[in-house]
Amino acid sequence: MITRWLFRRLDDRVGLSTAGRSRLLNRVVPDHWSFMLGEIAVYSFVYLCLSGVFLSLFFDDSPGSTVYTGSFTAMRGEEVSSPYASVVRLSWDVRFGLVMRQSHHWAALIFLGAIVVHLLRVFFTGGFRKPRELNWMIGVTLVLLAMLNGFTGYDLPDDLLSDMGLNIVNAVLLAVPFIGTWLSFMLFGGEFLGHDIIRRLMAIHSIIAPALIAGLLLLHVALVVRQRHAQFPGPGRTDTNVVGVRLWPARLVRSLGLMALCFSLFLFLGGLVQIDPIWLWGDTVAGRTMGPSQPDWYMGWIDGALRLMPGWEPTLFGWRMPNMFLPAVVMPGLSFLVLFFWPFIERLFTKDRAAHQVLERPRDRPVRVGIGVMALTFYGLLLSAWALDVIGYYSGTPQFFLVDAWRYAVLVAPLVTGFIAFLLAKALRDSGAEAFIELTWSDLTGALRRASPPPEEVVPLPKEDVVAHVPVDAGPIP
Amino acid sequence: MKPKPAAGIITLCFLLCAASSVVFVAAYVLNWGSQVLGGTLAGGIGALAVGLLLWSSQLLPGGEFVETREPLPPPLPEQTAFVATAQRGGSSSPTIVRRTLVLGLFGLFAAAVVPLRSLIPSSSTVPQRALATTSWRGGGKRLMTPEGRLIRLGDVPVGTELTAFPEGEPDAYYATAVVVRVRPADIALLNPDFARYTVDGVIAFSKLCTHAGCPVGLYLQESRQLFCPCHQSVFDVLHAGQAIAGPASRPLPQLPLGVDDQGYLIALGDFRGQPGPTYWTSYWRPYRLGASQ
Repeated sequence: MITRWLFRRLDDRVGLSTAGRSRLLNRVVPDHWSFMLGEIAVYSFVYLCLSGVFLSLFFDDSPGSTVYTGSFTAMRGEEVSSPYASVVRLSWDVRFGLVMRQSHHWAALIFLGAIVVHLLRVFFTGGFRKPRELNWMIGVTLVLLAMLNGFTGYDLPDDLLSDMGLNIVNAVLLAVPFIGTWLSFMLFGGEFLGHDIIRRLMAIHSIIAPALIAGLLLLHVALVVRQRHAQFPGPGRTDTNVVGVRLWPARLVRSLGLMALCFSLFLFLGGLVQIDPIWLWGDTVAGRTMGPSQPDWYMGWIDGALRLMPGWEPTLFGWRMPNMFLPAVVMPGLSFLVLFFWPFIERLFTKDRAAHQVLERPRDRPVRVGIGVMALTFYGLLLSAWALDVIGYYSGTPQFFLVDAWRYAVLVAPLVTGFIAFLLAKALRDSGAEAFIELTWSDLTGALRRASPPPEEVVPLPKEDVVAHVPVDAGPIP
Repeated sequence: MKPKPAAGIITLCFLLCAASSVVFVAAYVLNWGSQVLGGTLAGGIGALAVGLLLWSSQLLPGGEFVETREPLPPPLPEQTAFVATAQRGGSSSPTIVRRTLVLGLFGLFAAAVVPLRSLIPSSSTVPQRALATTSWRGGGKRLMTPEGRLIRLGDVPVGTELTAFPEGEPDAYYATAVVVRVRPADIALLNPDFARYTVDGVIAFSKLCTHAGCPVGLYLQESRQLFCPCHQSVFDVLHAGQAIAGPASRPLPQLPLGVDDQGYLIALGDFRGQPGPTYWTSYWRPYRLGASQ
């Protein structure tokens, strides 16, 4: 009754009836569970904004220090940096503060995870092909912005662990050619560490990056609405239609349910699973470090590369190349360039310039599967290298044995797994089997031998044989 | 319409949501702690989620439908009409007008980037030059612990490691030094050019790892190695701080030590090499390596 009252008044003023029915309520959208992965990322971002507003009301980003007088007794009376004290106070003395802070951090980790899984879905199903290349590039930019936002976020409390991370940022910036020293000095307002950094990180983390993410995310979703979501191959599905469910009511309600599920998960983790207990390792004191030390997981692939890189610093034309240049500047830079331009790189080889509204099953493109699995293995091994000190400590294995083993693994394993994935995909495609367990040994060896699916051509019979020896309805000679 | 059994479950879920909200408010008012606060709110929203998901899958109408997609690219008449509309006014706007607009805008954008320079205080020196020296330069500054205590030889027993700053400058990051003392038997193993700037087995290096600048916090006294926790670089104290493992490739630069007339440790000059991470520069201060490294 209330909704009808409200709706009539809105309709009088905004004209909802005309646009609402066809554009929103009746709209048909393709339906598959994997199309909801991007939604998880969106809802994580929404939660981050909401919880972030709460946190921003308590955070003190001013430079300088203050005497801590809160309820964490081990620190009481000590002079610590103001941002640090404000976060400890939020965690210990603000009711619901710890839940908000921890759920915010957990949501950030899941945000990045959902983005990556969504990216993989789009990649392996060819959802980036024409006409969706622009949306792919916007998406890759969003990955970068999300990483930036996450990283600046956990640096805000100005604690020992995150300031060690800032150390690395300084070194990475210094490793950028020509402008590196300027970049570092501009970020820190002079020589590292300086007194401006927390305030600047706060501006990046709470204003600049979220605004960019929100804007690009809006564009990303708007493009999906305009171009309409792609659909998996199936009965009745063509490049000129959309087969699926109506947006209203079931699909929308399901989406809202997913949003509630995400929020519930963040709050559950935030209330019951500790994360980033900054009071345990304390404030930054110049010269102090702690171990083991890790950045958040989505930075782990870069950190792992830093640990695995051998100690080379060649001199090129009189310039000494910083050791961090290759693993922290070139490798990530190239990775994102290739990822960003992937639709065009793939098109170079497939020569496929047609527009596609129907997705591919991963097995339809064995080479892409192979490359994707190769990349996953490579970055996965780099990520696992991020915890080598922890692995060494708990397993008792000598640290540098692990480092050496990982160095070889990173170079060799991707080729192996990529090739195996390529073979499996080809075998699945050619044999028509639905799942891996239905594959037979001959399927696999056949995939190894053949370059393309077995031809289904009909071999024409020589005229004499047809007339003299072969019955009319015998069919083609194999 | 006969109510489906799912409706009952969904109703229960939403009731649970309302109940959890009440418990949450009680938990807040009575201060039952973060676990209860998070758990109840999560439970309530989770119940809402289950209710919504069940509602959508069990009660709401589904079915498969087909719609045609808008043709892409748009049909030619539409394209022509768009181009015609967009180019309205083109014939009355000469090229020079448009070109100079581009020039003007380009100039504005280029100019707008320049104030980013203000991110660095205007009084400071060029970054490369600022990084090339630390406040130890000139020598004579006494070493101070982070707590503000000056350091005597007796304060550094064999096998220990101390962090040191120039006196009065506990925030001078690039000047951070680490002081270790090796056994008397090890003193003979030191390179003479290196040993000249040590005092009775007390050796000082820059504490910043030459890989990414993390303070090299761990001293393994059995092997006389300094270990960096960030990416596991290892520096050999007895071989002038040479990097022997891990991604670092430059040695930890030595801080030349002396003792003043009151017995406190002082620095005789700046680090004998670039402290902290390597950066792109050809103005590299030569690091004087001894005959044996």
